[in-house]
Amino acid sequence: MMGRILTTFAAAGLTAGLATATLAADKEMDWGKFQNGEIRSGYTYAEKETRAMEDDDFQNPAFLWVERGEELWSKVDGAAGKSCATCHNDASQTMAMVGATYPVYDEKTKKMKALQHQVNSCRTEQMKAEPWKWESDQMLSIATYINHQAKDKPMSVKIDGPAAPFFEKGKEFYETRRGQLDMACTHCHVDNAGKMIRANRLSQGQGNGFPTYRLKWSKVGSLHRRFKGGNDNIPAAAFKRGLPVETPAVRN
Amino acid sequence: MATPRPRVRVPKSAKKGDIVEIKTLISHAMETGRRKGKDGKLIPRKIINKFTATLDGELIFQADLQPAISANPYISFPLKAEKSGTIAFEWHEDGGAVYKKSAKIEVA
Repeated sequence: MMGRILTTFAAAGLTAGLATATLAADKEMDWGKFQNGEIRSGYTYAEKETRAMEDDDFQNPAFLWVERGEELWSKVDGAAGKSCATCHNDASQTMAMVGATYPVYDEKTKKMKALQHQVNSCRTEQMKAEPWKWESDQMLSIATYINHQAKDKPMSVKIDGPAAPFFEKGKEFYETRRGQLDMACTHCHVDNAGKMIRANRLSQGQGNGFPTYRLKWSKVGSLHRRFKGGNDNIPAAAFKRGLPVETPAVRN
Repeated sequence: MATPRPRVRVPKSAKKGDIVEIKTLISHAMETGRRKGKDGKLIPRKIINKFTATLDGELIFQADLQPAISANPYISFPLKAEKSGTIAFEWHEDGGAVYKKSAKIEVA
């Protein structure tokens, strides 16, 4: 029997935790589609073993969410008896550019809308179903599935026209010092991309791979979760608003 | 993910005597039993503790998994193709649940 069994234990998920200290930020390397001039995908800053996980569609654990999303796409939910596929048919056709173009400006709310907003507006208005929570398994699955349809298309989010003021606001946030460490996003992700921050390598913070499977999370997470993580690291708390009016108040 | 989802990749066909790579992945939290929940109490251990692969009933690969193995464990192993048949994969979870998946291989 032993002749048939080759008891080599190739990898059991442990590999990722034991990444070697090889430098991933080799500037001389040809990164192909993962680099466009100065712009480099987070892929180019990842360890060799992590990149190998992404390269193999089977080994890439995020495909569990893609598969789940594919099921949800045609699953009827809500009082209207509809699924995503009822209106949008074949996702590979109708969703081909979504991952490359969202967020987009929404005329109705006069705000930018992320894919997750659109999914929930479809769910509540068209399907008459309950909205999904942002980081819920269902939302992550459908978002991963939809964004995956745009795989290899160049990111082309519109930042002109009605989106321009939002872009400026985001740019200002990105460049503003905040938190206990008084740091801006740019200090790590523009000025020091490629360098180590303790045991992690800083990337340019490109959002082209989201929802991303993060080994630390053991699951996929949205870009917005990553934004929150970055702000928690500085550490900066989100501004709380909405204290109720108490006029006339009494103070000492 | 709520329910573990197994995935397997087995080549559909192989030449007799060739060594083929079998790949498997299952979505599983691999809860170690050492983490505390929001209530401060330990979250009970729940991992995939055993993985087996059988070819038409004959054991071809088996592994015991431990709590230090990451979530969504990926297991691959080489197999010397000697006969056609159905490979049945089983993931055994703490508490007795078993997740199954099978795939056919044609050896010529």
